[in-house]
Amino acid sequence: MSEDKITIEVDGQTLTANKGQMLIDVTDDNDIYVPRFCYHKKLSVAANCRLCLVEIEKVPKLMPACATPVMDGMKVKTRTQAAFEGQKSIMEFLLINHPLDCPICDQGGECELQDLAMGYGNDVSRYQEKKRVVKDKNIGPLIQTDLTRCIHCTRCVRFGEEIAGLREMGATGRGENMQIGTYIEKSVSSEMSGNIIDLCPVGALTSKPFRYSARSWELVQKDAIAPHDSVGSNIHVHVKGNQVKRVVPANNESINEVWISDRDRFSYEAVYSDERLKLPMVKENGIWHEVDWETALDVVKNSLKVLVDSNESDQIGTIASASSTLEELYLLQKFIRGIGSNNIDSRLKQSHFADKNAGPSFPYLGQSISEFDALQSALLIGSNVRKDQPIINHRLRKAVLHGASVMALNSVDYDFNFPVVAKSIVAPDLMPIELASILKALVESTNADVDKQIQQSIDKAIVSDVHRTIAVNLTDADDAIVLLGNIATAHPQFLLLRSLAGLIAKLSNSKLGYLSESANTSGAWLSGALPHRLAGAKQQENVGMNTLEMLEAQLKAYVLMGVEPELDCYDSRLARDAMKNAAFVVSLTAFRSEEMNDYADVLLPISVFTETSGTYINNEGTSQSFAGVVSPLAEARPAWKVLRVLGNYFELDGFDYQSSADVLSEVMAEIGDIKCDNSESWKITGSINSSANGIQRITETPMNMIDPISRRAVSLQKTDDVSDGAIHINSALAAKNKLTNDDSANVEQDESSATLKVIIDDRVPDDCVLIQSAHPAQISLGASFGEIRISKS
Amino acid sequence: MTETTQILTEHTRSEIDMWLKKYPEDKKQSAVLAALREAQHQNGGFLTTELMDAVAAYLGLSNIAVYEVASFYSMFETESVGRHSISVCTNISCMLMGSDTIVEHLEKKLGVKTGESTKDGKFFIKVEEECLAACCGGPMMMIDHKYYENLTPERVDEILDEFE
Ligand code: SF4
Ligand code: FES
Ligand code: FES
Repeated sequence: MSEDKITIEVDGQTLTANKGQMLIDVTDDNDIYVPRFCYHKKLSVAANCRLCLVEIEKVPKLMPACATPVMDGMKVKTRTQAAFEGQKSIMEFLLINHPLDCPICDQGGECELQDLAMGYGNDVSRYQEKKRVVKDKNIGPLIQTDLTRCIHCTRCVRFGEEIAGLREMGATGRGENMQIGTYIEKSVSSEMSGNIIDLCPVGALTSKPFRYSARSWELVQKDAIAPHDSVGSNIHVHVKGNQVKRVVPANNESINEVWISDRDRFSYEAVYSDERLKLPMVKENGIWHEVDWETALDVVKNSLKVLVDSNESDQIGTIASASSTLEELYLLQKFIRGIGSNNIDSRLKQSHFADKNAGPSFPYLGQSISEFDALQSALLIGSNVRKDQPIINHRLRKAVLHGASVMALNSVDYDFNFPVVAKSIVAPDLMPIELASILKALVESTNADVDKQIQQSIDKAIVSDVHRTIAVNLTDADDAIVLLGNIATAHPQFLLLRSLAGLIAKLSNSKLGYLSESANTSGAWLSGALPHRLAGAKQQENVGMNTLEMLEAQLKAYVLMGVEPELDCYDSRLARDAMKNAAFVVSLTAFRSEEMNDYADVLLPISVFTETSGTYINNEGTSQSFAGVVSPLAEARPAWKVLRVLGNYFELDGFDYQSSADVLSEVMAEIGDIKCDNSESWKITGSINSSANGIQRITETPMNMIDPISRRAVSLQKTDDVSDGAIHINSALAAKNKLTNDDSANVEQDESSATLKVIIDDRVPDDCVLIQSAHPAQISLGASFGEIRISKS
Repeated sequence: MTETTQILTEHTRSEIDMWLKKYPEDKKQSAVLAALREAQHQNGGFLTTELMDAVAAYLGLSNIAVYEVASFYSMFETESVGRHSISVCTNISCMLMGSDTIVEHLEKKLGVKTGESTKDGKFFIKVEEECLAACCGGPMMMIDHKYYENLTPERVDEILDEFE
């Protein structure tokens, strides 16, 4: 036994504990129950509710278990008369001001106060006086407040301070008049705010979208995996009958711990969106008909067959969302390759593709998610990690609280919820130049021998203090990582950014990682939903077209799965035009939209994440399979089944699967061990100098616009993390063009234009325009990056 | 200086800076009481949300952390009140010496209840919770920062007449 181990006795049981551990942690670990409200294992100790009182030998008073460190030989009794009486009195105090409104309270049935009142409360209250009433505050579209029920445990306040890194809730007033709230009327804005619903032990903070829609005892809890970011948070879906009622986190210490992002929590609302496609539909002479599956699949078969039979399979382009499951993506590529086309891609927002098989087997995080906690230094390149991968951001923040240094190179001065020790905010075209400067600083400080080509490329780079700070922090850390975020991946010189980042990582002895975008980006790569790769990252000989090439080529037919090309692709205008001009478009989609009505010919209703079994491989390469939790809505079917039938329609071999598990074992056999190595030897591809002139466009995708599901989650759409259809410019550029807030501006890109509202936003660098994608107002503009012109309209 | 902190006058800011010097660099929140006092003073006796936000920005705190402090301490007013703040001590010693009569007289004279301000915005009768530590001179009251002891209704009249 190590020195730090001690022995204590609880209720006659001898337990070993670590020195300095709080008593309640020890009793919890040993399944000895001590009641509590304010204690939470992920939050600091507040010891303000006093419910966890226990008796300790030789201590005259009862002690709170959550704030009493264990000591060798300590003898604790949790179930004596004195302890019970203490707990009972505390319950009486707590219930003085708590309303007796359990029958109309959403927390009823899952309320810690209700449970403990049963166990530790009196059945009659001695309190006769007036109870306190607190006016409710509207704190936004996601969380319902009923603050009269608050018992002042301050879990929500500590969550804000310690986990969200954004203090929004607080305790104002004093004594009798103390209130928990935001003080002023304001929406809480943390991307993790929904977690305070779970933390609140009473019904003071409950879910607004779920409100009054079910009682907790009617719900059945099922396991699932969150479908939005590349973290793959574990979730529980609560189902009543065949209806999804809400989503809460499931505990997985190595991935999401006990938290989930708001997007993962509230996106389920889209399952019952009005835009859900319920029946297969076919367009005939411009008129949509609801048809049965057979008819719809016949039309698909006949339309694609024409091209296949006339040797024009390469006129079929297939674009799939990387939030589809591994099974779906694998079958889709198998089907499309089966009918002779290699044009398949799932990299929707990327524009720089030249690496082909020189790229990694999938965009690997570079380390495991839990390893982030111990990181000492990180350089973020083109990333708004806080909104894009909230759980990874939470882990990064933990590292920062333990002393790690995080640095950022971005095109928008994003707000981090931790201090950033050095940052460089530059226009997109300057990002490679900045990286070259960091690289040069590294070469200078480490005296590394680098090859001539690299030396030449960075020769002219100018090194400033920021670059030196970044270089020093990375080199000095034993455990450092260089991360490429969503904006880096979308950057028109992505491969150059990557090679520079790779060199920086190598010279500073850091890891290189990609923060990938979708729940199954890794799975999409590994399943072969790429034009140059088969499943298991095996080379495809006749390389097909990537997303951008497929759109540029204006093919005759497109097969879409889970995508709205005009909202999800790098070049919205190009995508829309390609769809409109195609002779045939079939979309496997859960939703229907005006745009789709316009360009598609067949709509096949597929299941959303709650309605299908499947597998996601997350950013760190963990494969997580799940079962469907409800049956598909109306005539919708899991996409893997649709693809299986399509395979059979075309009489392709190997499409006789009985279950998605059959598909999974086939693709897993192709993939083998999921492994990836990002530490290849990098060459600098392309020259490092800016060719841009004029004003540059930057595009970001706000958190709740990322995919068709989040775009249709009504409550998420009421938050601030949605696209505003405006141009964001800094005050200098606004002044230069005589524009002010709320003006409308003429925005021109290539040969197209749009009139958009102006928002002055000083997070944007000089001579740049930030546009948020997936908004109808800007579809007509075009590519995510490039030159753009603005003028007052 | 950000836009938010601009509403703090130069004087207020220099006062806050003076307090900041007394604390370690990374413990700016230590100056929050002093900063709020200055901000309240600059604004004629009460704080507004804007002023509290300005203090928060100036000290690098979250807004809510400043609201917590301002709403906790009774010496801060978070709603608009009269120019002169009157606190009559009603704690035990003063109560024994007849503070109730003083409060009653004051309320009648000014025509407002404790916790209210006069219409002309001249006086505010504050709900004072604490013993003001002048027990041997009870009943007593404090107006703005000055103590008046051994009060009688007549004395109160005289005192109030002195105020603008
Ligand atoms: S609102 Fe809930 S979590 Fe917050 S202090 Fe009150 S009881 Fe605790
Ligand atoms: S749980 Fe220990 S005091 Fe609240
Ligand atoms: S009781 Fe009034 S001053 Fe102490």
